[in-house]
Amino acid sequence: MAIRSLASRRTLTGLKETSSRLLGLRSIQTFTLPDLPYDYSALEPAISGEIMQIHHQKHHQAYVTNYNNALEQLDQAVSKGDASAVVKLQSAIKFNGGGCHVNHSIFWKNLAPVKEGGGEPPKGALGGAIDTHFGSLEGLVKKMSAEGAALQGSGWVWLGLDKELKKLVVDTTANQDPLVTKGGSLVPLVGIDVWEHAYYLQYKNVRPEYLKNVWKVINWKYASEVYEKECK
Amino acid sequence: MSLDVGTGKTTMEPCLESMKTASLPDLPYAYDALEPAISEEIMRLHHLKHHQTYVTNYNKALDHLRSALSSGDHSSVVKLQSQIKFNGGGHVNHAIFWKNLAPVHEGGGKPPQDPLSSAIDAHFGSLEELMQKMNSEGAAVQGSGWVWFGLDKELKRLVVETTANQDPLVTKGSHLVPLIGIDVWEHAYYPQYKNARAEYLKNIWTVINWKYASDIFEKHNRGLNEF
Repeated sequence: MAIRSLASRRTLTGLKETSSRLLGLRSIQTFTLPDLPYDYSALEPAISGEIMQIHHQKHHQAYVTNYNNALEQLDQAVSKGDASAVVKLQSAIKFNGGGCHVNHSIFWKNLAPVKEGGGEPPKGALGGAIDTHFGSLEGLVKKMSAEGAALQGSGWVWLGLDKELKKLVVDTTANQDPLVTKGGSLVPLVGIDVWEHAYYLQYKNVRPEYLKNVWKVINWKYASEVYEKECK
Repeated sequence: MSLDVGTGKTTMEPCLESMKTASLPDLPYAYDALEPAISEEIMRLHHLKHHQTYVTNYNKALDHLRSALSSGDHSSVVKLQSQIKFNGGGHVNHAIFWKNLAPVHEGGGKPPQDPLSSAIDAHFGSLEELMQKMNSEGAAVQGSGWVWFGLDKELKRLVVETTANQDPLVTKGSHLVPLIGIDVWEHAYYPQYKNARAEYLKNIWTVINWKYASDIFEKHNRGLNEF
């Protein structure tokens, strides 16, 4: 299990772009797996250390690797003017790029150990907005848990801000589709991964139990920051 | 069904009382019989929890459908189709899957004989190439789904296809008959293989029941003159 000392903890700022290569007429940037801002075991008992380690080091890493491969192939296809290949690559880019860059990067920020505020209800503007739109935090949690449990197959359940309509929404996406695929004006505040890999080792087939417990480590502070930034 | 000649409207009295509910089929082998390819833990969860849940929810959906039809609530009838397709599909697919597998000592993994064997060679080059194709398509499924080896009754050829979630093979073409289906939902392999779906796909061939696939193929082939 990786030991991360508090003193050397790095805050997650997004995917680190560590290399750029000159290919064709311009350089493409590749991505690397961002560090988690907490230990793998720090979210227990809600999410086991085993799940966190595999989810981060295997699944997220695979998305990063495949995304980089797809970007490189895309660059080559564009340089050669191979439009057929460009189109064919879009699926791999959306799946790995959507899954890697957007969804899991948000997810690690959406979680926090209890001793660092995980599970602490939102205050301020977001807290008020939740009460306005869903009646209460409990109402929102119930709705998200129900929609997450009902999702057929793999996907995500989201709390989002519709910037245009200026309201909070709960939505689901399939597979690794980011929330924007449901509307260009949607900003993700909280996303919960309901792919089986996110809970199976600990909760087996009982997805509702995972959804009940994950709220204990949801990082409402991060969601509030995003909300307030978008509301300015 | 009766036709009102005056209005041109038809009324249908569905015989819903006789609508049969689905039930969980027994596995034809012990839960640990497919080891080491598929662990006992997975087989128990997969059969007793996942498949059972599909059966339960399918029956519930059918029940609601019965009520909706009886009351002429067509909005609900349409809304229920998603539940029926997902859970009914889950039941159909898993019922085939258990038959697609067999313990090694009962022929699991034993290559197919003719006429299926020759048909495979004709369409894919060899059994190894068919397996390779299914493995790569199964590994590439984005999200949850199945990889299938099927018979296209109309075009008289063998195909490899994938379906998403619990969509049965017929959703890719009504003339497609499933011969082998491999579940690539994470629950089918995760406790044993974790994220290594490719490893699961490599190992599952040691317990594939080609005899069942051959029986289905021959049954449908009898109507086709040559293959």
